[in-house]
Amino acid sequence: MEFEFEVQGGDFSNAGQASSRIKKILKQLNVDPKTIKRTVVALYEGEVNIVAHAWKGKIKVDIETEKIKARLSDEGPGIANIDQAMRDGYSTASEEVREMGFGAGMGLSNMKKNSDEMEIHSEVSQGTTVMIVNYL
Amino acid sequence: MKVSELAEKLGFEIVSGKEGLDKQVVGGYACDLLSDVMGNAGEGQVWVTLQTHKNVMAIASLKDLAAIVLVKGLKPDKDMEAQSHEEGVPVLSTKEEAFETAGRIFELIK
Ligand SMILES: Nc1ncnc2c1ncn2[C@@H]1O[C@H](COP(=O)(O)OP(=O)(O)OP(=O)(O)O)[C@@H](O)[C@H]1O
Ligand SMILES: [Mg+2]
Repeated sequence: MEFEFEVQGGDFSNAGQASSRIKKILKQLNVDPKTIKRTVVALYEGEVNIVAHAWKGKIKVDIETEKIKARLSDEGPGIANIDQAMRDGYSTASEEVREMGFGAGMGLSNMKKNSDEMEIHSEVSQGTTVMIVNYL
Repeated sequence: MKVSELAEKLGFEIVSGKEGLDKQVVGGYACDLLSDVMGNAGEGQVWVTLQTHKNVMAIASLKDLAAIVLVKGLKPDKDMEAQSHEEGVPVLSTKEEAFETAGRIFELIK
């Protein structure tokens, strides 16, 4: 089963909607609650990163019998140094975004902790793609 | 303990999301950094914060939190309040600061 969602950069008032829809779908499919929780944390952080850091993006979720695959791809500034970005506390979030409580620099490590596999590809000035897999 | 009992015992104002007052409180988490809450808060906890925007509700709902407790007399933004009703996650408000608020909740439910 495949689902696709569009995400708009800067649109904080709708941030989390794609993750919320996917959570409902996973619940309906009777996926184990712990797997739902982990997947939702990872998806939300990826979704908010598109909103906070990129111009626009897509979230594609593929639910198979043995795994959930998600691909979050955006058009945006990209990440020059992925190792640095993965580090807890590193953030380039704007002052405005930080005031909302985002920008702790914990999102990517939350994604890593809450997925079984994670891969990031990024090209500066083009965009970023994050892929995660969680086994059922 | 239910959210309604906690609000009553500690004198917290129930601002919105009355639909969720029967939710069971199993603990709490106090933090204003959203991704820290996303990573570390657990189902059934009350979240003590000074953030009053809609993203708070998105996180509360995704994490199945029991309720939000806004400190320092803060009130939710209009769209946060609306979403609290939609999701059935109560928003409570107290005049006290986060330190006292967390302490009193801890004392009550430990
Ligand atoms: N999709 C993206 N496009 C461009 N840059 C990104 C993207 N995702 C992450 N980054 C970069 O990586 C940094 C770290 O991301 P991470 O999600 O860990 O923290 P954050 O988004 O800054 O804050 P938090 O997630 O804790 O609210 C970001 O500040 C940003 O510089
Ligand atoms: Mg982030």
